[in-house]
Amino acid sequence: MSCDDKVDCGRRRLLVATATVGGVAGVAAAIPFVSTFAPSERAKSAGAPVEADISKLAPGQMMTVEWRGKPVWIIHRTKEMLDSLTKLDDKMADPMSSRPMQPGYAKNEFRSIKPEYMVAIGICTHLGCSPTEKFKTGAESGVTDDWQGGFFCPCHGSIFDLAGRVYKSMPAPDNLEIPPHVYLSDAKILIGEDKKGA
Amino acid sequence: MGAANADKYKSDGTAAGGLLEWVDARFPLLSLWNDHLAKYYAPKNFNFWYYFGSLAMLVLGLQIITGIFLTMHYKPDASLNASGIPAAFASVEYIMRDVPWGWLIRYMHSTGASLFFIIIYLHMFRGMLYGSYRKPRELIWIFGVLIFLMLMAEAFLGYLLPWGQLSYWGAQVIVNMFTAIPVIGPDFALLLRGDYVVSDATLNRFFALHVVAIPLALIGLVAAHIMALHEVGSNNPDGIEIKKKKGPDGIPLDGIPFHPYYSVKDLVGVVVFLMVFAIVIFFMPEGGGYFLEYNNFFPADPLVTPSHIAPLWYFSPYYSILRANTVNFFWIDAKLWGVIFMGLGVMIFFFLPWLDRSPVKSIRYRGPLFKGALVIFVASFLILGVLGTLPATPGLTMIAQICSILYFAFFLLMPIYTSLDKCQPEPERVTG
Repeated sequence: MSCDDKVDCGRRRLLVATATVGGVAGVAAAIPFVSTFAPSERAKSAGAPVEADISKLAPGQMMTVEWRGKPVWIIHRTKEMLDSLTKLDDKMADPMSSRPMQPGYAKNEFRSIKPEYMVAIGICTHLGCSPTEKFKTGAESGVTDDWQGGFFCPCHGSIFDLAGRVYKSMPAPDNLEIPPHVYLSDAKILIGEDKKGA
Repeated sequence: MGAANADKYKSDGTAAGGLLEWVDARFPLLSLWNDHLAKYYAPKNFNFWYYFGSLAMLVLGLQIITGIFLTMHYKPDASLNASGIPAAFASVEYIMRDVPWGWLIRYMHSTGASLFFIIIYLHMFRGMLYGSYRKPRELIWIFGVLIFLMLMAEAFLGYLLPWGQLSYWGAQVIVNMFTAIPVIGPDFALLLRGDYVVSDATLNRFFALHVVAIPLALIGLVAAHIMALHEVGSNNPDGIEIKKKKGPDGIPLDGIPFHPYYSVKDLVGVVVFLMVFAIVIFFMPEGGGYFLEYNNFFPADPLVTPSHIAPLWYFSPYYSILRANTVNFFWIDAKLWGVIFMGLGVMIFFFLPWLDRSPVKSIRYRGPLFKGALVIFVASFLILGVLGTLPATPGLTMIAQICSILYFAFFLLMPIYTSLDKCQPEPERVTG
């Protein structure tokens, strides 16, 4: 700031100081406004766990339940489906589930607590579309000629196997997420909680 | 330009003249009228391409008016009504079926959105044909690109409001793009949504931004765009400055007053535009699934993605660029590259004034290199647009990748080919 005879430097300094303090207050006032964009207390509390009854889920079938507004798939895998998974290991981006997309108890070759029941969030890890089930195998599936069954995302073409593992070189960077879940009994799964009655 | 007192209106003795003198002494009515209309001298050689600026303003006005009337009946509410239909979706059906003439207002608004983009794309293409972004019009161009960005935001936000299947999954995909940004991405997406999924909170804030915030920004930017234009004067199909040749009265020899010459000419454009607009509204309001997508006639279902989702046609070139990125390189995964290149695809327009090194502005005097480059650019833009509406297959993805490279090459190689180009000399005065 230049200070010559015509400028009252004391007043100029006061002006600059006042404007700076006012500016800081103005920026601080933006905080409550921006904060309103965050999820409200109601939205935060809406994540209650849901119960799913799997007693009527036939082998080879899947069902969908809604948890936190997202589709959660429960797939009753047959012996053949499970056998197909190990054959696919070298085609998978993360065959051993080393990335943190599942709770510790689902970090195994079938990505599940009980091998025959797969529980996964049916949201593609690319941009959030819900993949479509393609359980038919081979050319009939319309995916690839040696298709072993799995899921196909209609938005950007990512493909997943029956353990929700993503194939290599797909837009989706990660395997499907496994939500926290626990078996309340042989026929009931609680999704969203790890511990019974917690 | 501030008018001196000498320029103030003097009454001719009639009552109307007296009123005008009274107003003009208190408000710069006459100087505004003269600066922007009656004594704004525009080049006399404007052609067909110069209709789209005034038409864009007309459509902005129509969108605001139809939008006001739609908000009187629309409800931004994702909760389910007694029949199990989301209230927002039901309120759009209500406008279409039960509100007197509601269908007309709604079709005007939905068709207006698509026609707005057709007009804006043609308006931008005009700028590229005649070098309207070149010095001294860089700021006009920058305000224009900002308007284009705001318009894309406005269209995206508005598309969520009917709460149909494509509204929902389109918003889901676009908001999730921000999660690709390292470190802050997931939290930023959460702030945009206001919830862990696209929900009622998202719908409400998109509504607020769509009807208040973005329209205000648009109006302000349009005002800045026009003020900058009227400061430096309009370009023309010859790309030469008419202000260089002025008559003894200080008026450019090749300039004519905007009003009445161009105000009347633009009225012809308005009439033709309204005819096209009416044909679309009355006979093909869905535009064959391109103006209103069929899957959006189903209410949003967070559990099922439609088997084929595509953005509206005006976003499809950029959507194609997003999808064309399938390779991880430089330790960045394909998902983030897609988002980066899609963003750059729009942002790169900001740099156009400084990328172009040609000694001439207009396509009329440019050499074969620029003409060829422009043809390739337009072709790749259109092909990307078509591909964006189709499902991705390996073959089509390959074509999209080639077109994406050509799209960016047009801009990035521009400093080279425009300096090498063999241009013809510009004329002294405007031609035909």
